[in-house]
Amino acid sequence: MSAREQILQRLKHRRGHDLPVPECDFSVLDRGKASLADRLDQFEQTLESVHGEVHRVHRHDWLERLVEVLQTRQASNLLLPREHAIGRAVRESRQRGLPELLSYDRPIENWQRDLFTAVDASLTSTRGGIAETGSLILWPTADEPRLMSLVPPVHIAVLKASALYGTFLEAIHAQGWASGMPTNALLISGPSKTADIEQTLAYGVHGPKELIVLLIEDDQG
Amino acid sequence: MSDGAASPRDAVRDFHPRARAALHNPQIRHNFRKAMDGLMAKRKAAFHDWDLEALRTLGANIRRRALAQLPDLLVQLEQQLIANGIQVHWANDADEACHIVSNICLARHARKVIKGKSMVSEEMELNDYLEEHGIEALESDLGEYIVQLAEETPSHIIMPAIHKNTGEISELMHHKTGTERSNDVEYLTASARAQLREKFMQADVGISGVNFAVAETGTLCLVENEGNGRMTTTVPPCHIAVTGIEKVVPGLDDVTALLALLTRSATGQHITTYFNMISAPRQPNELDGPEEVHVVLVDNGRSTIYQDDELVDTLRCIRCGACMNHCPVYTRVGGHAYGTTYPGPIGKILMPHLLGLDETRHLPSASSLCGACGEVCPVRIPIPDLLVRLRQEAVDGDRLHPAQVRGHGSKRSGAEALAWRLWQWVHTRPALYRLATRLATRLRRLQPQKVGAWTDYRTAPRLARRSLHELIKDKRS
Repeated sequence: MSAREQILQRLKHRRGHDLPVPECDFSVLDRGKASLADRLDQFEQTLESVHGEVHRVHRHDWLERLVEVLQTRQASNLLLPREHAIGRAVRESRQRGLPELLSYDRPIENWQRDLFTAVDASLTSTRGGIAETGSLILWPTADEPRLMSLVPPVHIAVLKASALYGTFLEAIHAQGWASGMPTNALLISGPSKTADIEQTLAYGVHGPKELIVLLIEDDQG
Repeated sequence: MSDGAASPRDAVRDFHPRARAALHNPQIRHNFRKAMDGLMAKRKAAFHDWDLEALRTLGANIRRRALAQLPDLLVQLEQQLIANGIQVHWANDADEACHIVSNICLARHARKVIKGKSMVSEEMELNDYLEEHGIEALESDLGEYIVQLAEETPSHIIMPAIHKNTGEISELMHHKTGTERSNDVEYLTASARAQLREKFMQADVGISGVNFAVAETGTLCLVENEGNGRMTTTVPPCHIAVTGIEKVVPGLDDVTALLALLTRSATGQHITTYFNMISAPRQPNELDGPEEVHVVLVDNGRSTIYQDDELVDTLRCIRCGACMNHCPVYTRVGGHAYGTTYPGPIGKILMPHLLGLDETRHLPSASSLCGACGEVCPVRIPIPDLLVRLRQEAVDGDRLHPAQVRGHGSKRSGAEALAWRLWQWVHTRPALYRLATRLATRLRRLQPQKVGAWTDYRTAPRLARRSLHELIKDKRS
């Protein structure tokens, strides 16, 4: 008999009484803020409390803010998507002061060391946000691969206010996650950090040292 | 006791000398006290605007429901994982699990493994096994990395290096990696980042644990702050996730509730920096991620715990560590005194099943039964009740419910059993009982001042001049 069958046999034919199957009341999680303004405030406060940076911007001025953010970090390049609207908007803009623009257009094996050592910042879209925990929802794609939001020391994410949910549970239901998960889904809630050395917080231990959110307030989807 | 170097089992049996040594080590006492006080305060603050009792009830019910459906959920999880392109393996025990992992590595000619934090792999002693088979296994969680450099084991399940202070870590990193001596935590962290990034790039296989496995979608969930878990599961061409069979939950909704409880209970965070949900290997059009993903479902004693209607509650655990953070014993003796993979209250109720009560007979008694662990447990595991149950099992002390746990009765002593039989005999015979108490009160001057270990730190309880029966009789007359 295989280990699988042995384990399942032991579990199926347990000695005790039938274990109870209790009802689960999820209403305690139903704490989402009603108004968008409240959600925006909660998102901003929560994310900033863990060292994230939130910039409230608009469709007409987010590119300017992006350049500002990059310049204050003295980023010499920016890794950004090729297909996604935000990537196209940056590439097609005549914004002055943009650094060199890079694409993640090859399998990681072909440029791993460059990605790990030579990329200063990355820009990704998001699939939404969660106000309660100050989280960004990312579903990496071929256009915005998984390591884009992890390896460069500065990660800049664009979040549309219209995609800001109250709670994680709300987001999962609204976006129908149960009907099909991607290869990798992520919640990102701040820069990479550790407190493993005597409970002292240090940022950028493996992932980005900085997480910057450009929150587009007037984007209706 | 077996000869030679301290094997993990010797360490368990040596609980008393280790605990005594830790109690007399001011550095250990200080490090743990400071850390646990901070963690307790953070947890409290994180739940302040929650209906915590309702949330704990939800957490408990989710886990109870998942355990009631465990075999079906495991089959569903397996089907979903396979449909998603993930390979599933089953292991009866730690050796089988190590064998599976090492075979996957050898089939890929892998020589270098990078690891994310996984308590199951600690339980399996996987690193040692891989080293014996010529495979280098490097821990990438900063705390685990430090512990590995020091050739030690984690002293806390969430913060493995909590027993060390900055100076000790600086000295260790200087000796082992050539980093400059410094008390600057940012500098030490940055050095580790640089060294580990190289290792991520070179690794042939990444090994991680799993916090929750979702049956409905075939999704592996990992909770972490550092990003090393994401690196481990994304950079190397092969990812192996090892998990206990009890980690499965029915759906994504369940995950949201358990996540809310886990991070707040563990470190007082609303959420960790990363919540990483993996459902498939790299797809043909994708540019990164592992081409192969394996899941090893590890039993290692869990299906035995599952047999017992009371002990099964042990399997609800979501490994937050709140019980140890709030334990007065753990805070004073630290994680290493226990000599077990899982220290503190959860270790006391879990390790006897993994190692046998004969090896771990001191653990259930290393508690004041103050109840703090049960009060803070996010999934309402009745830890104090289970400690009492295991104490009974250790002495075969309950004739109506014969002991179940492997190695039961190992603490039973003839003298103690006789004493209790005598106690029972006297207490079930009123005339004899009155005679005995009368005699005891009259002969109280003969009572010894020292009563074994009890009077090491306390004064001996004094018998009263007259028994309660006598006093009440006087009052009535």
